[in-house]
Amino acid sequence: MSAPVLQLEDVSKRYGATLALDHVHFDLHAGEVHALMGENGAGKSTLMKILAGNIDADTGRILMDGAEVTVNGPADAARLGIAIIHQELNTVPAMTVAENLALGKEPRTRFGALDRARMVADAKEKLARINSTIDPNQPLGTLSVGMQQMVEIARAVSENAKVLVLDEPTAALSRSEAQQLYRLIADMRQRGVGMIYISHRMEEVWLLADRITVFRDGRYVGTGQTADLTEADVVRMMVGREIGALYSHGPRSAGAPVLQTHGLAGNGIGPVDLTVHAGEVVCLAGLIGSGRTELARLIFGADPRHSGRVTIRGKDTTPRDPVDAIHDGIGMVPEDRKGQGLFLDHAVSRNIAISSLAKLSTAGVIHQDAEKVAVLEQMAHLKLRASAIDLPARALSGGNQQKTALARWLLRDCDVLILDEPTRGVDIGAKREIYELIDALARAGTAILVISSDLPEAIGISDRLLVMREGRIVAELQSGDASEENVMLHATGSKLHTV
Amino acid sequence: MQNDNSALAAPHSKRAGFDFAHWWDKVGILLVLVVLVVLMAMFAPNFNRVDNLLNIARAISINAVLAAGMTFVILTGGIDLSVGSTVAVSGVVAVVVAMAGVPAPFAILAGVLVGAACGLVNGALSAYLGLAPFIVTLGTMTFLRGLAYTMTAGQPIVSSDLSFRVIGNGYLLGIPVPVYFMVVVYLVGWFLLERTIYGRHVYAVGGNAQAARLAGVKVKRITTSVYIIAGICAGLAGMIFAARVISAQPTAGTGYELDAIAAVVLGGTSLAGGRGRLFGTLIGSVILGVLGTGLILLNVPFFTQLLIKGIVIIFAVAIDGLKSRPNLFRRRGDTA
Repeated sequence: MSAPVLQLEDVSKRYGATLALDHVHFDLHAGEVHALMGENGAGKSTLMKILAGNIDADTGRILMDGAEVTVNGPADAARLGIAIIHQELNTVPAMTVAENLALGKEPRTRFGALDRARMVADAKEKLARINSTIDPNQPLGTLSVGMQQMVEIARAVSENAKVLVLDEPTAALSRSEAQQLYRLIADMRQRGVGMIYISHRMEEVWLLADRITVFRDGRYVGTGQTADLTEADVVRMMVGREIGALYSHGPRSAGAPVLQTHGLAGNGIGPVDLTVHAGEVVCLAGLIGSGRTELARLIFGADPRHSGRVTIRGKDTTPRDPVDAIHDGIGMVPEDRKGQGLFLDHAVSRNIAISSLAKLSTAGVIHQDAEKVAVLEQMAHLKLRASAIDLPARALSGGNQQKTALARWLLRDCDVLILDEPTRGVDIGAKREIYELIDALARAGTAILVISSDLPEAIGISDRLLVMREGRIVAELQSGDASEENVMLHATGSKLHTV
Repeated sequence: MQNDNSALAAPHSKRAGFDFAHWWDKVGILLVLVVLVVLMAMFAPNFNRVDNLLNIARAISINAVLAAGMTFVILTGGIDLSVGSTVAVSGVVAVVVAMAGVPAPFAILAGVLVGAACGLVNGALSAYLGLAPFIVTLGTMTFLRGLAYTMTAGQPIVSSDLSFRVIGNGYLLGIPVPVYFMVVVYLVGWFLLERTIYGRHVYAVGGNAQAARLAGVKVKRITTSVYIIAGICAGLAGMIFAARVISAQPTAGTGYELDAIAAVVLGGTSLAGGRGRLFGTLIGSVILGVLGTGLILLNVPFFTQLLIKGIVIIFAVAIDGLKSRPNLFRRRGDTA
């Protein structure tokens, strides 16, 4: 085997009292996909930040092709051929695709003005290299997250990256976009690009990776050939203990209808008729862009409704705005946790209490002790450390942020809970806890509507699946009978579709 | 790490997790005030005489009241440039009403209501029409100033026996009356922000308006209300000002909006919204007041006073900005 294109040796990083990385090592060969796995807080992100030159390591060294290098900033990283596709995209939404691709390296005419024609032509070529047909003149913000990510990858590829770090690249991608990404990864492997692949999705790691390295609590746990490892092995390495079957839940029995929509339309989707019963978990499946989030927002009154009604237990509750919906017993955890769900600078306690202040107050004055007790109760219920109560939500891991968002509605005690991608970017331990929570809530009689792009999860945790395509519900499947292929068939509307 | 080469060493043990941001939030701005007061007491003649301190208290009360209202607006991520003009308009209305023989309490009420109405216009235009508050209040700032000139025909209306002049010039138990106004405004403001649902909603709107909406906060209503509060505070400040000068001045309050914003920002409230404390604003106001009075006592020329004031504001805001970049207080690659 060739010499490693990248070696990280004895790398440590301390933040205050926390040792984020404890003398870890990692290596990557040209043309290899090396998966880096671990729960949130395992140190993956810290290592990537060091690699990107965003932070300095306290100890250790970085070698490329056997020679020690220093990475003192993103510019250094780019010069060395290290490109990172972040979980959160580093793009400018208001600018066009071509402008984003040319950012910082805009082509000039002889007179020093921006050479727009060449910029667009360059962008076309860069996109063609990853077999993408995105229009370079479109504003980036109008593209789906998946498409935006493609643009980022196109940029990395165009910069002739030797080392490409993909940080949860498929988290926001539809199935077909993910397929496209997999082909792209295969293509780059052929070209000799070494790739560090960070993902929580087991199936794609086994599909793509040559080797797997696991970190836990900032420490190196082990590395193995993917072919020699089972999912159970890796999970054990990640959490340090056995985890029961991820989606397992006991039998649930659905009660009376709670949430119903009648010809609900607006926001570019519908008309939609659906019913969620008490004690039932219904999952909206479908591709990105099929209108699942839009439907959830219509039910919650977050977007203008064109026509149709929403009823709860047969009573017309069609909401004009989220205030109405919440009043009628609906809670929604939005897809974009940081942008729409949480107040990142505010204390966890305030994030949790915000929607329940009426019952924690008299004449508008908050009972602070009662508030604290109520918040701590929910935090304990969700296994959030009590010491986190005054921390800003920003300081929490993805999983704990999601628990904070969930706790808000648990405290409110909703009849209907809408969870839009509740486990995105959440580590496997917290995922399991969220699934258990969903099950427990359903058993207690809550009607739960989940949106998930993770098909095994969607099938595993729900009682019923509603498949959406082009803004309408096109199929209803009992989860017990559903297969991923079957769901995809309906979601794409193509009998020829192969998964 | 030895202390003898401390010029290069960071000021504190980084390994112990010294958290500059946290420390500065707790005591930073107070420390600036204490240093300032000590310096003034040492060098400015007569600074620490009781009557001078009371004068400072009275002098800052107008800016402090304006800044309290401004804090609400800035906490939601907005800005209100019109409060200075509102001071003039509400003062003119109150003086005219009082001269017409309306009893003092009602004249004051009229002035404050005018302020509230100005705030309602600002808030409604910002929240319901979705216009940028900077532009809306820039517009109303100009409009209201024009209104004040129009109502007075450009001349001060002097009313030497103004019925409510006591609220500007009077003393109660040896303390200037405007100071009581200031104290009450801050107590009420603190209670609203720290103890009520309303306050939580104000912070929520500034922290993340989208999240606030999805959490059931009536974002537009809250946004409108903070401008009304700023207007009420401007109305109160207008009453104090008119009572001080026992007249309706069309030029009253010119530039006061900027002093109010300076006090808020000095006090550590983020212009981005969602973060800050009303108490900080009070300290910010006091710093500006102490600085102003102290420099006069030190016989610093007016032009130089402006230079110093500008530097202090930038210094305070710069320190505030460093909070989010703690690395500047740590050495890179802090290896053993």
